[in-house]
Amino acid sequence: MSRGARPRSTAPLWALPPVAVLGLVFLYPLALVVRQSFRPDTGGTSVEAYAHVFASPAFRDALGTSVWLAVGSTAGCLVLGFALALVIAFIPFPGAKAVARFIDVFLSFPSFLITLALLFLYGTVGIANGLWTGATGAAEGPFRFLTTPWGVLLAEVTYFTPFVMRPLLAAFSGIDTRQLEVASSLGARPARIVRQVILPESLPALAAGGSLVLVLCLNEFGIVLFTGAKGVTTLPMLVYSKAILESDYPGACVVAVVNVLISVGLYGLYRVVSRRAGA
Amino acid sequence: MLVHSRKARWAVWTAFLVLFLPLFALPLLVVLASSFATNWSGALPSGFTTGHYAAATRGESLHALTTSLVTAVTASLLALLVGTWAALAGHALGRRARRMLDTLFVLPVAVPSVVVGLAVLVAFSQPPVLLNGTRWIVFLAHAVLVTAFAHQSVSAAIVRLDPAYEQAAASLGARPATVLWRVRLPLLLPSLTAAAGLCFALSMGELSATMMLYPPDWTPLPVQIYAATDRGSLFTGSALAVVLMTATVLVLTAVSRIRTRASYR
Repeated sequence: MSRGARPRSTAPLWALPPVAVLGLVFLYPLALVVRQSFRPDTGGTSVEAYAHVFASPAFRDALGTSVWLAVGSTAGCLVLGFALALVIAFIPFPGAKAVARFIDVFLSFPSFLITLALLFLYGTVGIANGLWTGATGAAEGPFRFLTTPWGVLLAEVTYFTPFVMRPLLAAFSGIDTRQLEVASSLGARPARIVRQVILPESLPALAAGGSLVLVLCLNEFGIVLFTGAKGVTTLPMLVYSKAILESDYPGACVVAVVNVLISVGLYGLYRVVSRRAGA
Repeated sequence: MLVHSRKARWAVWTAFLVLFLPLFALPLLVVLASSFATNWSGALPSGFTTGHYAAATRGESLHALTTSLVTAVTASLLALLVGTWAALAGHALGRRARRMLDTLFVLPVAVPSVVVGLAVLVAFSQPPVLLNGTRWIVFLAHAVLVTAFAHQSVSAAIVRLDPAYEQAAASLGARPATVLWRVRLPLLLPSLTAAAGLCFALSMGELSATMMLYPPDWTPLPVQIYAATDRGSLFTGSALAVVLMTATVLVLTAVSRIRTRASYR
């Protein structure tokens, strides 16, 4: 504290109870997870579980799938979110406000609803395949991507795009439209205005929204669970299947530790970026 | 207005709708429509029925709904208490201590919910505190997950609070407890209700941590929806999902009404 001779002396005491509660229900359990990851079922303390998990193809596969799905979804959300927010903010149409409000409501729904809807749309007996078989007389429809990583990618882009749009819309509302009018009257085409005026102004919001979505995608569980795809395993899914389906707690804890390290590292990055953006 | 020619504007709007409707509006419409259908394999659902709702509002499913509501209310209240306390206490701290407290309380957002579930399961399946198999382990996990959001939204509001009110109250001889109870908390009421709504919505839809630790006699609605779709009853699943969305939106609307009334005061 740099407040001089007499800091408010009771303030740290008042902060103790909530910190103690959080410590008991969150930090202490996390510490136990780390401890358990070093304690195989056979007893003793060893890194055996780590060696075992790191050597298994299932883990490497899950790590690779998690990372590329998260990066791919984030890229999709950024492009789509930027385009949609651009239209809402700068080429407004009647009802654009309602669309913006709809996005806020959309954020309060759980993610697995999207996968549920996609099952109706593109599932094996869903609408798209039904239309195809109805039109061509074929026995099976061509849409099988739902149980592949692409289905998860589509669901994640759909669900997380609003998370990018919200900070973008806030950033766009801070841009003076006279700037755009001036650029336009000087002969700049819309593409150039977007590139040279709007994009630089919205870079911080894009960075903040993008890194948040990256973390959320890495941690996403409901969407993957609902596709019911045996071939798509991400890190959270691996934690679940090891702990609940196989009762391999040391293994689950190892995957959990890896997942936490990646996510918390990225989230730290997000906090730094968004603080810069907010400042 | 970025695009001036009328033709180009219509082209942009068409492109917007072509992207927006199938991606965001269609999924919700599909879930809504299928909850009334007996069969859907063509362009449109067929066989109108309210039977899925009859099934979704009795027995096991009704129990799942009340389970979710009780869980969400309990977890939100716990989160609001701890989050608000931490935000108020953090505001009185120095800069560095406050930043540390903020980081600590935001950490549950960064940690995957599945891992939070695993951690709570591991920690409370062994002495000294045995909660595994009771509903309290679900309350606890949900509270841990939503506290960060309560803390964030309340501490953002505290910064915007005009200190003149509490200074005036204190200068008139009000004790700190009175200032807190009669001045600061009423001024914070709008953000408190907003935080409560957010926590409630998140807890209602929470699936990841719940899947790790729910006891058999305390299955919240998302778990029930998963169980239904997993055994192939997609239409029952959508009816349950519509019930979930409706309950969430109703509570959010009620909360925002309290909020507008509070801000007019």
